[in-house]
Amino acid sequence: MKKFAYFPGCSLEKLALSYNNSSVETSRMLGVELQELEDWNCCGATTYFHVDQLLAYTLVARNLAMAEKEGLDLVAPCSACYKNAYFTNKYIKEDADLAEHINYALEEDDLQFRGKINVHHVIEVYANEIGVEEVAAKVTNPLEGLRVAPYYGCQIVRPKHNGMDSENPQFFEALVSAMGAEAVDFPERLRCCGGSLIMTSRHAALDMVRTLLQSAVDCGTDVIATACPLCQVNLECYQLQVNDEFGTNFKLPVLYFTQLLGLAMGLPPKKIGIGSELVSAAPFFKKYLSKQVS
Amino acid sequence: MATKPTFSQEISNLLYASHGKPLKTCIQCGTCSGSCPVVDFMDQTPRRLIGMINADLKEDVLDCNTYWFCASCYQCTVRCPAQIDIADVMYAVKRYSIWHKTYRDDLVGPTFSETFVKTIVRSGRSYEPLLAPTYMFSMGIKEVLQEAHMATQMMLKGRMPVLPTKIKRLDNFKNMIRRIIPMGGAK
Ligand code: SF4
Ligand code: SF4
Repeated sequence: MKKFAYFPGCSLEKLALSYNNSSVETSRMLGVELQELEDWNCCGATTYFHVDQLLAYTLVARNLAMAEKEGLDLVAPCSACYKNAYFTNKYIKEDADLAEHINYALEEDDLQFRGKINVHHVIEVYANEIGVEEVAAKVTNPLEGLRVAPYYGCQIVRPKHNGMDSENPQFFEALVSAMGAEAVDFPERLRCCGGSLIMTSRHAALDMVRTLLQSAVDCGTDVIATACPLCQVNLECYQLQVNDEFGTNFKLPVLYFTQLLGLAMGLPPKKIGIGSELVSAAPFFKKYLSKQVS
Repeated sequence: MATKPTFSQEISNLLYASHGKPLKTCIQCGTCSGSCPVVDFMDQTPRRLIGMINADLKEDVLDCNTYWFCASCYQCTVRCPAQIDIADVMYAVKRYSIWHKTYRDDLVGPTFSETFVKTIVRSGRSYEPLLAPTYMFSMGIKEVLQEAHMATQMMLKGRMPVLPTKIKRLDNFKNMIRRIIPMGGAK
């Protein structure tokens, strides 16, 4: 079994527990063990870089160093955590001066980071490390007839890295197809959900969420698939407030891609956190279950 | 005698690890503004902000809401033909304004960032309900009710953290932070 050091990040402890459980469970089905990093600390999300860049890198480096100590590559399910970890890892490897500063601080926790590991997002592990065909081979209950909008958001594909195609990526669509569902042509799939603006510039963020939901509805989406807790909370939990604010009537379920994949692999809904939605996924289930019966 | 750095030099110096090209190479093409999903809500477009920094219009730059409304989505950065890391410039101006305490009172962003950082420094983890008071004050009664309603629903679904968590080796963690920034009496 392939093993990774797993960095859940703060939102997965409660707010996005369903993402945590579904990531761990689906990975296991795919022959991948996500071993939670012991005593991990908050990576600073997008906010820490507002205050001090060197400290932001140090916080991330502590987690990297602990993974390296285990001899494992680091995997993050949250796009913001992933971006922080990916770029901190890259910059420390490239910049000896930065590495020295950071290692001096890490000594306080008996750690050292040598830059010997790689960083992945869970979706990237599935698409690249395991491979879409391998994933498709494990699907026993294909989500036939379900129209899924693959929502990339920002930080899996931006800033550019790893030869990632930041204008026209296709790996999310490929994963949706592997689940047996139909990946809809979702024009705003790369547009930002507003991120933490929901707390600081609320009106702007609600407007951004509205744009995304409208685009998804217009292309006939049954359910939006996300790969980030911030995106999920903005698109799902703030849907009601968008409706209040703009007089719209959105009722679009937003699930993690790991939940959809888990279902397609026959995992029991409860085990992958289905049932904790604020926007009920019942209509989606109806469509999916009716296909199951027929 | 050393000459005082200009504002544009100060901002450039803050782009410590950014691998973007110098701000002076901006050709004012407007690709960044055209790609920005928040541009309609900004006092000045990203293109204008870069131009204003290059022209050393310090007061005007610090006075606008643009950098606090940036969602760090990197759409501008990946498209800039001059390869300027605009998103990182926004971060740099945020840091500048926090350090110099020059941000506008009516913005929530700065207080939010400071509270967030203090929470991490104290516990090693972030904790959403602690952050709520930092932005609640900016809301009208309708928004507060909307937030409260949502929080209740999240609670019912078991999605709200009840107690803040702490990392185990917190003392080491705090000492580690002290090696980067002197925290004074902060605990
Ligand atoms: S996209 Fe780049 S070159 Fe064009 S205006 Fe923006 S910063 Fe300047
Ligand atoms: S990173 Fe900021 S300035 Fe650039 S496009 Fe996104 S929101 Fe606009």
